Amino acid sequence: MSDIDALERAASRFDDRMSLVVGFLQRFTWERGGTEQAQRIELGGTITIDDSAALWKRVGESLEELKTARSVEIDLSRIRVIDGACMALLVHFRGDVRARGVSCEFVGGTPDVERIVDLYGGHKKAKRRRATRTPTNAVEQVGEATISVFKEIRQILDFFGQLVVSAILAVKNPKTVNFHDVGPTMERAGADAAPIVLLINFLIGFVMAYQSAAQLKQFGANIYMVDLVAVSMTRELGPLMTAIIICGRSGAAFAAELGTMKVSEEVDALRTLGFMPLRYLVMPRMMGLVLVAPFLVLLADAIGIVGGMVVGVLTLDITPTSFVIQLQGAVKPSDIISGLVKSMAFAAAIALISCQQGLATSGGAEGVGRRTTGAVVAILFALIVLDAIFTVLLAWLGL
Amino acid sequence: MKTPLIRVRDLSMGYADTVLLEKASFDIERGDIFIILGGSGCGKSTLLRHLIGLEAPMAGQISIAGIGAPRLEGAAPRYGVMFQSGALFSSLTVGENVAFALQEWTQLPPEAVNAIVKAKLTLVGLEGAENKLPSELSGGMKKRAAIARAMAFEPNLIFLDEPSAGLDPVSAVELDELILTLNSGLGLTVVMVTHELESIFKVGKNCIMLDRDTRSIIATGDPSRLRTESTDPRVRQFFNREASVA
Repeated sequence: MSDIDALERAASRFDDRMSLVVGFLQRFTWERGGTEQAQRIELGGTITIDDSAALWKRVGESLEELKTARSVEIDLSRIRVIDGACMALLVHFRGDVRARGVSCEFVGGTPDVERIVDLYGGHKKAKRRRATRTPTNAVEQVGEATISVFKEIRQILDFFGQLVVSAILAVKNPKTVNFHDVGPTMERAGADAAPIVLLINFLIGFVMAYQSAAQLKQFGANIYMVDLVAVSMTRELGPLMTAIIICGRSGAAFAAELGTMKVSEEVDALRTLGFMPLRYLVMPRMMGLVLVAPFLVLLADAIGIVGGMVVGVLTLDITPTSFVIQLQGAVKPSDIISGLVKSMAFAAAIALISCQQGLATSGGAEGVGRRTTGAVVAILFALIVLDAIFTVLLAWLGL
Repeated sequence: MKTPLIRVRDLSMGYADTVLLEKASFDIERGDIFIILGGSGCGKSTLLRHLIGLEAPMAGQISIAGIGAPRLEGAAPRYGVMFQSGALFSSLTVGENVAFALQEWTQLPPEAVNAIVKAKLTLVGLEGAENKLPSELSGGMKKRAAIARAMAFEPNLIFLDEPSAGLDPVSAVELDELILTLNSGLGLTVVMVTHELESIFKVGKNCIMLDRDTRSIIATGDPSRLRTESTDPRVRQFFNREASVA
């Protein structure tokens, strides 16, 4: 016999003894009587939260025993003490019995017990059960999720429409736009984000150069690593990585900030003071983000290329001078400009979605969390879709 | 005949699939302290939001001072609103909160705005609190500051959503006194939602009671008289703190 078998046997013996002890300590009685069809359960003794586990076990066993019954009476007259938790379990038991089409009532009980029965709805007549909802199957769930995604997209497009109309009307009355917040937004979303943008994009350029170096070395085409890094950073990775960073920092912050303002009625208060949330809260955030994103992308492009240069100098024997000379031929102004234009579109999408989600918040702290998560997910999706559209569009324009 | 300050005709309101009130009509006179009453979930705060213009009715008309549907945005505030939580702008100081609408909708220089802010804060018993942030204020002080902000533009009508809810008895009584002072001293019309019986009998001149089951107004008039004279058991239950028999 192995040690493990010995341990298991000892544990099993311990369990048996414990159940004997628990049985001995049980302070209530549960006796079944009456006829096969009209059954009677007599409860007695003290039933409190300490006995609830034993009571629940007994309730489960009884449901099986009552299969043939047409009616069941639960006699409480011998109970000395019962607390709310155990009464709730008995009321739940009675509900389960009734759900099987068997009539079930509480009878007897001292005035103290009666009060508890009353308090927990024990004397309420059987209600007609609501039609149970059939669980939705996988296809329905996919359908519902798809509909909700389209609803979300529609709400975002609605919001975009309102914003465009509001912006056109604001041209007539620019005083209604909160320009004061544009600067602080640019500082928080731009200047404060510069260190993380620099670090991430340096590493992106570094990793890309490293990965390509191994392949290019095989063909003696080391110098083309410069083209690869420079073009991908300026056209694609610089704008995209920067947008992802802005989404994580500012997108989440906007959604949480506006969401909190919405649930604490600050947005309503703003409206009652004559301010338009679109012009006062949304437009400055959008302007700030759209104006600052190209600067961040320029930083990202430059540092990403520097990352590539470090790898070139360290592993591919490319001198900084030859790197720069190759770079001049590799990158066209259109590469940089297309990246900057793209970054402005990305920034507009981030501001639009995060503000829309924030202003659609309801239901307290949980709602703020849900909308913030929703905003980040929707923004990431929108960034990839926009990126694909730009790629096709720029190729079509020959840029 | 004098026209009422607020006229509500055949108002139906609710949310997407829930109707809370159907074809309700009532008037609120100038100088009144008008209380919207009812059990939980009957739509008191929703009715207040409709009167303010934050929600659009399903049907019916609301007019304030003879002007149709209230328009909030893009114009100086026509009335003051105090929300249940105060809804002070958390990033601004109390003084900046009170000055907010004045800076936007008047040509007053900063010194003049400051003078008005100080006066309004003194009026609600918060002198010297202008540089504090809302997070530094107690519940009662927040509500007072919110009343000061609502009063900043010198309105003749103010809406209060549960002004004394969650306040200690002393603060609640002080707030009632403030409402009475503003009403008698400035002729301010007050429309408020409250559950507090003491407050209702102390300040209320008129009231309506909403009922969730019938989606209608089940009582109109002076709350003190309704308490003793109403024959409707639901109204008597409410005013006499009796449990529902149903």
